[in-house]
Parts: sequence; C-alpha cells; structure tokens
Amino acid sequence: MSFRVASSPHNHVKNKTSRVMMLVALACVPGILTQVWYFGYGSLIQILLAVTTAIAAEALCLQQRNYPVVKRLKDNSALLTGLLLGISLPPLAPWWIAVIGSLFAIVIAKQVYGGLGQNIFNPAMAGYVVLLVSFPLSMTLWLPPLTLVEYDISFVDTLMLIFTGYSETGYSLAQLRVDLDGFTMATPLDTIKTGLSNQQTFSELSQIKVFSEQLGIGWTAVNVAYLCGGLILIFLKVINWRIPVAFLTSLFIFSWVCHVASPDGAATASLHLLSGATMFGAFFILTDPVSASTTPRGKIIFAVLVGLLVFFIRQYGGYPDAIAFAVLLANMCVPLIDYYTKPRVYGHTTR
Amino acid sequence: MNQYQEISWQGLWKNNPALVQMLGLCPLLAVTNTAVNALGLGLATLFVLIGSNITVSIVRNWIPNEIRIPVFVMVIASLVTIVQLLMNAYTYELYQTLGIFIPLIVTNCAIIGRAEAFASKNSVQFAAYDGLMMGSGFLVVLLALGAIREVLGNGTLLQGAEQIFGEAASNWHLVLFSPEQNFLLAILPPGAFIIMGLLIALKNKYDKRIEKLVIGEKTKQTIERARVTTESA
Repeated sequence: MSFRVASSPHNHVKNKTSRVMMLVALACVPGILTQVWYFGYGSLIQILLAVTTAIAAEALCLQQRNYPVVKRLKDNSALLTGLLLGISLPPLAPWWIAVIGSLFAIVIAKQVYGGLGQNIFNPAMAGYVVLLVSFPLSMTLWLPPLTLVEYDISFVDTLMLIFTGYSETGYSLAQLRVDLDGFTMATPLDTIKTGLSNQQTFSELSQIKVFSEQLGIGWTAVNVAYLCGGLILIFLKVINWRIPVAFLTSLFIFSWVCHVASPDGAATASLHLLSGATMFGAFFILTDPVSASTTPRGKIIFAVLVGLLVFFIRQYGGYPDAIAFAVLLANMCVPLIDYYTKPRVYGHTTR
Repeated sequence: MNQYQEISWQGLWKNNPALVQMLGLCPLLAVTNTAVNALGLGLATLFVLIGSNITVSIVRNWIPNEIRIPVFVMVIASLVTIVQLLMNAYTYELYQTLGIFIPLIVTNCAIIGRAEAFASKNSVQFAAYDGLMMGSGFLVVLLALGAIREVLGNGTLLQGAEQIFGEAASNWHLVLFSPEQNFLLAILPPGAFIIMGLLIALKNKYDKRIEKLVIGEKTKQTIERARVTTESA
C-alpha cells in the first residue's frame, strides 16, 4: 500500500469558477419554479432558448479566438449568462428576442471585451437592455399571473405563442392580457407607473386586480423564492452578503421615505422590495463577481448606488422596472469605486 | 507604385478617413441610419473635399503660413454653402432629412486635415486626386454603415432612393424582410457606434492579407549594420 504524501497546501479551495457558476444557476431553481407556477411554461422555453444561443455563441467566439472551446465552455459562465437573461425575459416574448439578447450578451458585452473576467458590464443585463431599448413593445408584454387570465394556456399554446405569435385557439398575446371587463392587465410596477402619471393615487391603484393587499399577485412569491435561493448562496459563501444587504437596505430607505412623504404618490417600500426583479437582482445580478465592485467598502457603495438608481428610475423614469439600467450605470462607476476603496495592505500605513 | 496608386491606396484603405483616422465621426454616426442618407452626405462631403483640395492647392503659395487655417476654413465654408444651396434646390427632401449635418460638413476634420496635410503641399492634380480618393474612402464606409444599419433596423435597402436619383429610382429599394418590430438599436446612435467598431475590427482582421494582395510581398529588408561592440555570447 502506497502512502502518498502530497506537498502543501493541504487544504483545497473548492470554489472553482465552474462550481461557483453552477451553484448560482442551481440557486435560481426555486425562483424559476415559482415563476413557472404563476406565469406558465414560457419562462422555461425562454431559458432554454437563451442558454442554447449563449453557449453556441460562446463556442463560436472561443473558436474564432483560438481558445480550447470545450475546456472554456466547462466554466459554465455562458450557461449562467443565458440562464439569467432567460429568467428576466417576458415568458411569452417571441423566440427571436431571446436569441438576439443572448447573442448580444455573449458576443458584444462579453467576448469583445476579452471574455470571462474582462467585461465591464454584466453581460445578461447588457443583453436585456439592448432588447428593452430595441423592442419596447415585446419586452413589456408580461402576462398577468395565470390565476387572472381568462383563458387556459396549455404548453402547446405557450410554444405556439413564442414561435408564431398566436395560441392554438388563435389568440394573440395582446388579447390574452385583456380581462373580461376589457382592461389590459400589466405588471404591478407597470400599473403603478401608468396610474400615477394619470393622476391616480396609490391607494386607488392598489384596488386593481393584479394586487392583493397592496402586493402584486405572483410577484411576491417569485421574489420570496429568489430571496431563499440567494440566502442559500450567502450561506454557501458563493456570494458576499454585503451587496444584497446594502442594496435592499438602500432601496428600502429611499422608497420608505418617499412613501411616507407622499403616501398617494409613491408605492410602498414592501412593494418595491417584493416586486419586479428586486430580489433576483439583489442576489443574482448585482453579485456578478466580474462587473461588481471587489473591495469590501466598494461593494457597499456600489450596492447603495444601485438601490438609489433603481428607486429613482422606478419612481421618476420612463421604464417600469430599473434593475438592468441601474446595474449597467453602476458598473460604469466600478473602476472608480475600486480605485478609491482599496483596502489597506497589511504592513502599510494609511495615507 | 506610382504616386496616383499610392494616393488611392492611402485614401481607400491604408489611411481611410473613417476607419483609420476616425475623422468626421459625428456625421458618420448621426446620419447613417439609412443607405440613402449616408450616400447623400457622403457625396456632399466628397464634393466639398475635392473642391477644397483644388482651391487650397491653387492658392497654397500665396497664403502666409500664420493665417493658413482661417483661410482653409473660409474656403471650405464657401464650398459647403454652395453644396447646401444646391441640395436645397435639387434634392429638397434629402436636404430636409440631413438637416444640420450639411452645414456641419465645415467642421469635418477629414476635410481640413487633407487641406493642411496634403493639398497645401502638393500640386493641383495630385491634390484633386487625393480629394477624390479620401472622399471616396469616407463615402464607402458611410454607405456600408448606412446599408448595414438600414438592413438590420428596417429590413430594407436603399429606401427613398428617389430623394437622390429622381422619380426613376422610386422602385429601387429592396425589401429583404419586413420585421414586426424594427430593431431600434441599429437605427439609434449607440448601434452606429457598435457597428462602426465591428467594421474597424473587420478591417484590422484583413489588414495584413489585403496589404499583401495590393502591394505584393515586401522584399525582406536585410539590415546591415556595423557592430561597434563585440558580441557578448
């Protein structure tokens, strides 16, 4: 029996890139399942489309840049980018939305900058913003929670809506969003945005069908599911607690102050925290190790900045949700933040 | 390679005003949302560039060195005014579409750059030919960018050709596909930046190969030098 003695270090860090990426992807699962429960199978098809395109684009770019394709693909980063983009797309958007978005995310936002670890902007969010700017119509057509839709949408209907634009029975997406009274049902944040600009008050708006007890139906559960996934990631030390905590705290403070100052002109803090992409963004988007700030103090500044931007864009901007824009804007500030928050190196005196 | 060939090579590829010197980016990015707009602005710039190169070359020996830049600007400005009035008269719709970017040709650094760097130092025939080649280099890039953006954004090509070529051209445009929603990014300025970047990348990728094709295999230079120190190893 040979007794092999390995040289030091004897403790190995298991956190390889591929493992980190896979854990983040797995932590999305509860959120995805909740999304499927409330909004139908569309999300699954979008994720599949986005992941496939992202991996194919990544392989093509790596091959063009003379890198070992299979070895690099195994770091799972393209898979995660596709997954994150697929999650954020409206479930019944046409198929080419997911394809164009992930192509842009991988080719322009990631590989052109030099591949994994070199990109300034979060690739998934860059792809999302391109889609939102280019195709505002498709990107804002979220179906209301299935419990509120008047028609049954089967898996075949979902497939046909994504690939042909019409369900098996001939309904278009716009028709499916209309309830029996003829009102178009939008997402909670969208409803509030349009309502407030039409001189309606927040308490009036929260009587609309998509809300129950001033929280969006379905959206609350989805956000709680992503919160659980995120807490697991923090527990496993895959992501740092600073970014989510600082982001959620700053968003809470800004929205709470604004709601207290004008209860009828602004949404409640709980709606801000449990609606749209807040929790998904806090734990899965902002914590991207490449494009977020890397120093401890920098992480907090970065996250507070995103929280501030999210609140301002949701409250005063032209788009209902703001995670993507806020993250991209904050990504631009990261080199500066990192420069001014370099931690003191042991043995060096403070300036 | 004689001097004419050298000028063509410099203007069209090696020292292309748009892809290499990156001059005149403002109109380049702003008005290239369709191929016809790009062609219109490219032709206007080409005309101004040839005219200004010829004029500057003619008067180059009488201009005191200290005031040469104001003189060049005056020459260019008068030519731009001529182009603007001509376009106002004959291609009114295009004139309205291009708007402020026609008078802004005055500020196109590619033009004053050629006046300063080439026309003020060379005889008239070379200056005119340089204007033609530099202008064509700019025009080709403008047209490529406009065509790519138009196809990506609207799925058409040469939409509105009658604005330049008259009524006969009203059925020239191709409809490649008719999208449900236009790809707005390609039509908006950010798309122009991204596509321009990709064009430059493409040019750099094939740079060596085309240079070999045009100039031919360079004779390998053998550098002979006298060693003043003894070789160490």
